[in-house]
Amino acid sequence: MKITVFTALILTLASPTLACETVTSGEMTIENAWSRATIGANRPAVFYVAITNAGSSGDALIGIATPAASMPMLHQTVVTEDIASMPHAMSIPIAAGQSVQLAPGGYHGMLMGLTEALKVGDNFPMTLTFQNAGDITINVEVLSIRAEGPDCESDGQ
Amino acid sequence: MRIRRAVILGIGGVAGAAAFALGLGGWRTRNRSQSGADLLPLPFADMSFSLTDQRGNMVRPEDWIGRPTMVFFGFTWCPDVCPTTLSDISGWLEELGTDADRLNVAMITVDPERDTTEVLGDYLSHFDPRIIGLTGTLEEIERAASGFRARFEKLARDDDYTMNHTAGVFLFRSDGGFASIIDYHEDRRFAVPKIRRAIG
Ligand SMILES: [Cu+2]
Repeated sequence: MKITVFTALILTLASPTLACETVTSGEMTIENAWSRATIGANRPAVFYVAITNAGSSGDALIGIATPAASMPMLHQTVVTEDIASMPHAMSIPIAAGQSVQLAPGGYHGMLMGLTEALKVGDNFPMTLTFQNAGDITINVEVLSIRAEGPDCESDGQ
Repeated sequence: MRIRRAVILGIGGVAGAAAFALGLGGWRTRNRSQSGADLLPLPFADMSFSLTDQRGNMVRPEDWIGRPTMVFFGFTWCPDVCPTTLSDISGWLEELGTDADRLNVAMITVDPERDTTEVLGDYLSHFDPRIIGLTGTLEEIERAASGFRARFEKLARDDDYTMNHTAGVFLFRSDGGFASIIDYHEDRRFAVPKIRRAIG
């Protein structure tokens, strides 16, 4: 019953469309690219995505770029002794055969210098640069400021 | 209260940014080997601060005695931790239903420079309307943090600054005594029963 309530809440907050797109390039698969709406363009926005490395050698996400923001960077939220901080992540390792999530409360793209405020339903391209796989671009869907992620489980499971 | 300079070792060090700490509520001057009870949040009756909510009302800790209360520290310029916490809390309140109407729920900003009452009102309008946002002078926010044994610090970052802060959500019983802490991003299966226990 509680799960039903939770699912219903998520469904109202996230639309199962663009954020559920998958981009595959070589051994690398990128999906669930989403962001949260911002209030104005002065605050930084956020970027979340799931990355899977199906290859037999490790890779690393070393940078992100988007026309939506002049200063995008990789961060990692860390909670140490109950203090939350978000240091820069110079490189996010994607080990062979592993998936890594940029997700609330962990790794995230921090989009400083927004070109304009992000509104629910907007989308913008994001180019992810990998050490070995090179550049891969995906569309990012802007969900509600309250969203905890897109609902992409509808097919298959 | 005097502003202290301090650095939290091992936190934020990756950025290599010069850390300059704001008041840390006296927490840091305490010897950590002292008894744990010493580090528990004070009851509201022993706290002392005066802040303003997003509607312009003055709020003091004694105002919260009589109802169970949920408080956390944050700032609206952070796109990751704070929306996640607010979204978690909104979900808990929804699950608690009308029981949640009996709760005081407050976010205290650790970034009063940017989080004015107007900014807080704008931001919180996207979340559960029962959540109030509190701001005030840095001194009053330090006094509040001190009572909760919470910490925050300002870090220079990329021509701008960010805030490190206590991430847990504090729960108090209706008598104003500290009940428990919900850890950052704690699973709702644990969070909601903790709130029910504090409601009593
Ligand atoms: Cu960040």
